[in-house]
Amino acid sequence: MTEPSVRLEAVTKAFGDLVAVRELDLDIPQGEFFTLLGPSGCGKTTTLRLVAGFEQPTGGRVLIEGSDVAGMPPHRRPTNTVFQSYALFPHLNVRENVAYGLRRKKVGGDEIKRRVEAELERVGMAADINRRPNQLSGGMQQRVALARALVNLPKVLLLDEPLGALDLKLRKGLQLELKRIQREVGITFVYVTHDQEEALTMSDRIAVMNQGRVEQIDAPAQVYERPATTFVAGFIGVSNLMPGQVTRASSGRGQVRLDSGVEFETATDGIGSGERCHAVVRPEKLEITPVDSSQGASATGDPSSARIRPGPTGSEAGRAQDGRPTIDGVVEASVYLGTATQIVVVLPGDVRMTVLVPNADEAERARLPGGGAPVRLSWAPEHIHVVRESAGAPAPDAGDRAPVAETSK
Amino acid sequence: MSRAWRAVRERALNVYAALAIAYLLLPIAVIAVFSFNDPEGKFNFTWQGFTLEHWTNAFSLPPLNDAFFLSLELAAASTLVATILGTLIAMALVRYQFFGRRPANFLIVVPMATPEVVIGAALLSMFLIYGLELGFATLFIAHVMFSISFVVVVVRSRLIGFDRALEEAARDLGATPLTTFRTVTLPLLTPAVLGASLLAFALSIDDFVISNFNAGESVTFPLFIYGAAQRGIPVEAYSIATILFLVTVVAMAFTVWQQRRAQQMASIRPEQEDEPYAGTPAMPPAPGAAGG
Repeated sequence: MTEPSVRLEAVTKAFGDLVAVRELDLDIPQGEFFTLLGPSGCGKTTTLRLVAGFEQPTGGRVLIEGSDVAGMPPHRRPTNTVFQSYALFPHLNVRENVAYGLRRKKVGGDEIKRRVEAELERVGMAADINRRPNQLSGGMQQRVALARALVNLPKVLLLDEPLGALDLKLRKGLQLELKRIQREVGITFVYVTHDQEEALTMSDRIAVMNQGRVEQIDAPAQVYERPATTFVAGFIGVSNLMPGQVTRASSGRGQVRLDSGVEFETATDGIGSGERCHAVVRPEKLEITPVDSSQGASATGDPSSARIRPGPTGSEAGRAQDGRPTIDGVVEASVYLGTATQIVVVLPGDVRMTVLVPNADEAERARLPGGGAPVRLSWAPEHIHVVRESAGAPAPDAGDRAPVAETSK
Repeated sequence: MSRAWRAVRERALNVYAALAIAYLLLPIAVIAVFSFNDPEGKFNFTWQGFTLEHWTNAFSLPPLNDAFFLSLELAAASTLVATILGTLIAMALVRYQFFGRRPANFLIVVPMATPEVVIGAALLSMFLIYGLELGFATLFIAHVMFSISFVVVVVRSRLIGFDRALEEAARDLGATPLTTFRTVTLPLLTPAVLGASLLAFALSIDDFVISNFNAGESVTFPLFIYGAAQRGIPVEAYSIATILFLVTVVAMAFTVWQQRRAQQMASIRPEQEDEPYAGTPAMPPAPGAAGG
């Protein structure tokens, strides 16, 4: 396939004064599981509706398999949609719901019967073919909605938060199944969700959207490990951000000096010398060690007045014996989460960092520092990197401090 | 004492309901009973003896038949037109933004609140000003006019709760706007439209006040009965009235059943995870219950 399945060229959609999508460029290759991820109001659903034809862009072009679909109504587009509310026809049974699209295309009766039954078989709903939607549970309705769209063999399948209304356990099961079905049929999926974990689980690539713009498009691991902006860092996982400045940059690498005084060398990803930036370390990559307060390293007991102190000899500021960068702070809270313990540490300058310590064994957990304890955070140099400030948008509220597995609002 | 009191309290609602129903149905029961009466003179006001004569010969009085069939014709025609126009008006009011939508939404209910005498007199003077000859045509215009508001109100309430995603789903699956209306919108609106038309029919067939102003030489069923009241209402009128009542009850039951189905269909909600077979929802108020 040379032509991308879906291509958006500088697409803008404004509703009056409200700009929902700004100058959006996307290229989605054939057969990809592509996810639009972002908080509500970021423009992801509008983007989907622009591809489906329910909205017309106020600027730019939408191309499906290379042809401009401007002005083409939804019923002529080679796309099908799975709606958030499922939108199954309540007056038709499962068979007729799934057959609806084929009937509009004047497909022959025998073929309709065969394809409808095969599709319901695929989604595991063959036994319920004669039931009405109101006799089905939410998860079952979801499967029928999927079959109703897929049976038409669309060039692109659009899914608008299809699992949003289901409970967590059912959602997990359907995530894997959706992924399996997508591989099986090889159709391009464009999936809209605000659930970062769902996006990480299922997608080939993720576009993180914020205020009508794409902040980053990358594979799930890249988006998580190397977020491009403070917004992405905060939306995917926990925003462990330390403000600072690039002091020296050349050929991709440079020196970063955090506001707390810690300096380290890292890849600068195009951030120039003298520019403000934030350093990100994922919570599971941080190492936490108690500081003996008799050494007077940092503990004042009061998080708000915590100050970075030079190490014992001053010249070793922010550097442990093994050369790993370190920073001292005070534990604000420690929360038991089952598989891990989450510790929030307040650093100088009122910066909050979350540390995730696996609950491997009971004795080790008992030794973890509690509230008010002075601690030292350290990390491997390859686990820190710098991101630029998101345009216009503040990083998500630090109140959302929960480990990845739990953040699924 | 306390046991007796509890028994009363437990049955209080039943007793109250029975009394209310009796209060509503007693006058109709009198009509039904007196259709089997065999009165001596012209007046059918006292029980004299049982006979089936007025049922077997219910349609033996030409002036009564003429009035009855004129009323049926008028009700059928005005219901058809009022239902179509009212449904379209409701769609316009709910679905489209246009100049004057909000006043229109309010004004549409004004005829329901206006005293019938005022409407009747106003229509009469309007017909006289425009020089229309009073008769079936003026009755038809008047009946469509006062029925439309009720149709709009009933259909509008259903449209407001209509999930537009269903229509988008149809478009998405390849249906043109017209096919979408035919295969999705209309079937889902049908219970409301049926209920509305039944209401319009009931309003038309028993209207007296407005018809009295605008009938000219035409005599509808209610007008005939009113005119006959002074000379003595023929017992056959009681029989026909009872037939009419029974037909209405059947139609009403059908509407209620339709409404229930609509409610059940509408009760598809993704949240209903644990209850795939949600129980029958509470019976909705029949839209026709206000009329007649």
